Amino acid sequence: MSFYEVVSGYKDFDFNGFLSSVNSERVRVILSNDKISDMDFLALLSPAAQGHLEHMAEKARRLSLNHFGKAVLLYAPIYISNYCINRCAYCGFNHDNSISRKRLTMEEIEQEAIELSKTGIRHVLLLTGESKKHSPADYIIEASRVLRRHFDSVTIEVSPLTLEEYVHAAKSGIDGVTVYQEAYDEEVYDEVHLSGPKKDYRFRLDTPERACRANMRSVNVGALLGLSDWRREAFMTGMHANYLQDKYPSTEISVSFPRIRPHAGVFEKVSGVSDIQLVQTILAMRLFMPHVSQNISTRETATFRDNLIPLGINKFSAGSCTEVGGYSGAQATEAQFEISDGRSVGDVCEAILARGYQPLFKNWMSI
Amino acid sequence: MGKLKIGGIELGSRLFIGTGKYPSKDTLPKVIESSGTQMVTIALRRVDATRNENNILSYIPKDTILLPNTSGARNADEAVRIARLARAMGCGDWVKIEVISDNKYLLPDNEETLKATDILANEGFKVLPYMNPDLMSAKKLVDAGAVGVMPLGAPIGTNRGLRMKELIGIIIEEIKLPVIVDAGIGAPSHAAEAMEMGADAVLVNTAIATSDDPVKMAKAFSLAVKAGRYACTARLGAKSEVASASSPLTGFLHEEGF
Ligand code: SF4
Repeated sequence: MSFYEVVSGYKDFDFNGFLSSVNSERVRVILSNDKISDMDFLALLSPAAQGHLEHMAEKARRLSLNHFGKAVLLYAPIYISNYCINRCAYCGFNHDNSISRKRLTMEEIEQEAIELSKTGIRHVLLLTGESKKHSPADYIIEASRVLRRHFDSVTIEVSPLTLEEYVHAAKSGIDGVTVYQEAYDEEVYDEVHLSGPKKDYRFRLDTPERACRANMRSVNVGALLGLSDWRREAFMTGMHANYLQDKYPSTEISVSFPRIRPHAGVFEKVSGVSDIQLVQTILAMRLFMPHVSQNISTRETATFRDNLIPLGINKFSAGSCTEVGGYSGAQATEAQFEISDGRSVGDVCEAILARGYQPLFKNWMSI
Repeated sequence: MGKLKIGGIELGSRLFIGTGKYPSKDTLPKVIESSGTQMVTIALRRVDATRNENNILSYIPKDTILLPNTSGARNADEAVRIARLARAMGCGDWVKIEVISDNKYLLPDNEETLKATDILANEGFKVLPYMNPDLMSAKKLVDAGAVGVMPLGAPIGTNRGLRMKELIGIIIEEIKLPVIVDAGIGAPSHAAEAMEMGADAVLVNTAIATSDDPVKMAKAFSLAVKAGRYACTARLGAKSEVASASSPLTGFLHEEGF
């Protein structure tokens, strides 16, 4: 069985009917229980649950404190290539966009690593566009070896790899894989992925599972909120995380909540997700899966991010640069998306401390 | 209150402290002081030796015994490698084996824990295994060379207290080595309860670290552990299932004629 069957099981489900049937009383009952079922989770994403945000926040805060304590793990992305053969309607690296393309050499990657490590960052997320020609698995693995000399943990967000490639990557010391489904809604998925291998919905959907099977330490999933109805997308993200955690208990599953940001391309059909709605998603997810790490990137504004800390966000990117070669500055290109929180690592640390939390630089090391 | 003998050393305090989950590293030395603890556990995966201000080791007073733990290990092999790394980094010979291959409930894997204990005890480590409270596993861990066992009171971070009380009670009765109740202790009263039952020590992290005033909470735990220990050594009065009725049901047996 694959997660595709779970998604398919919800194809004919009347989401709108269910969501509008949820009333305040039902939400109150759910919040008084310890265990949250799949349907309870969906109910917590309903319009009615929005009236109980404070209650949800109280519970989410308690659960997050118990499981993660007063600590927020910091990491930073490192973009090493922006060549991409896909045409994703929402992305600045889209093959059709006329941006300058660059792929870093190992020496340049080392320079980036040296600059980034000066900020104190110990965990990095290595990113590339999707191009088997410019950034094949071997290139990524070689790059990760360079990065490991400077960081304690290296995870990757690159084109979906095969099981064998993930096994090789895990053995080479890559700790984790981030892969966003972007849109769980298959029709929307087809609509926004205009061409390229990424059009293969099924292959992408099964990617996190291949990473789990390859014994990756951590696997991060998420939907790009704004492409489609956020409630359904948030629900399917939770179902995906839950499916993976149940089937691969030794893999640490985490979730991210990227919202669409302005970029070099154009995608007009964004169905906005408000701050309140994003907060509701984060809270519902925490109540549904208390042990799952929740991650928020610099796509969000500084103030908003800081306010999310006590609500259950325990992973933060900081001092991020989304340009290839951006840390060492020599070969900077266009960014994949615009950053909202442009604070330095030091400033982010101060903000975390001001909230009564501890910035954590290291939470794992290659052993 | 007698001293705790464990792994060939004597400890005056029966409260062990965890170092994760604190709002800042600066809080740690104060917590250690107010708790009176002599043994603190640190997750080696969080030790950052690259920068002094980030290195948790530099916040722990020198006379405290370090108990590096293998948190993050998913199997015996990873636990062994983490323990060896800890020793190589100068963290000493003590190690708390923590093997968790279940990220949903964070329950320890006794089988893998046993394998790691066996290997590390043979390498001269003073091994304290964190475990599900199962008597047979505890016995095997002792045979493998552990210097004590650390059964969980309730799953990590739940603050639910001694949910496994009956099973821990059996371990306390049957295992001759120190029994340290670990995980689940969410309030000083839980710690006192464990000590009253006869546990040799308790390890507390979440309840202190995430309280509004960790320094004060550490003190509260220190007092509770002492109270529980005193109660245990003073022998609690026997519990009776029936009230002593003033006219007992069998009283007639003593009446004349029977
Ligand atoms: S989202 Fe990824 S695959 Fe799509 S265009 Fe951007 S870099 Fe390429």
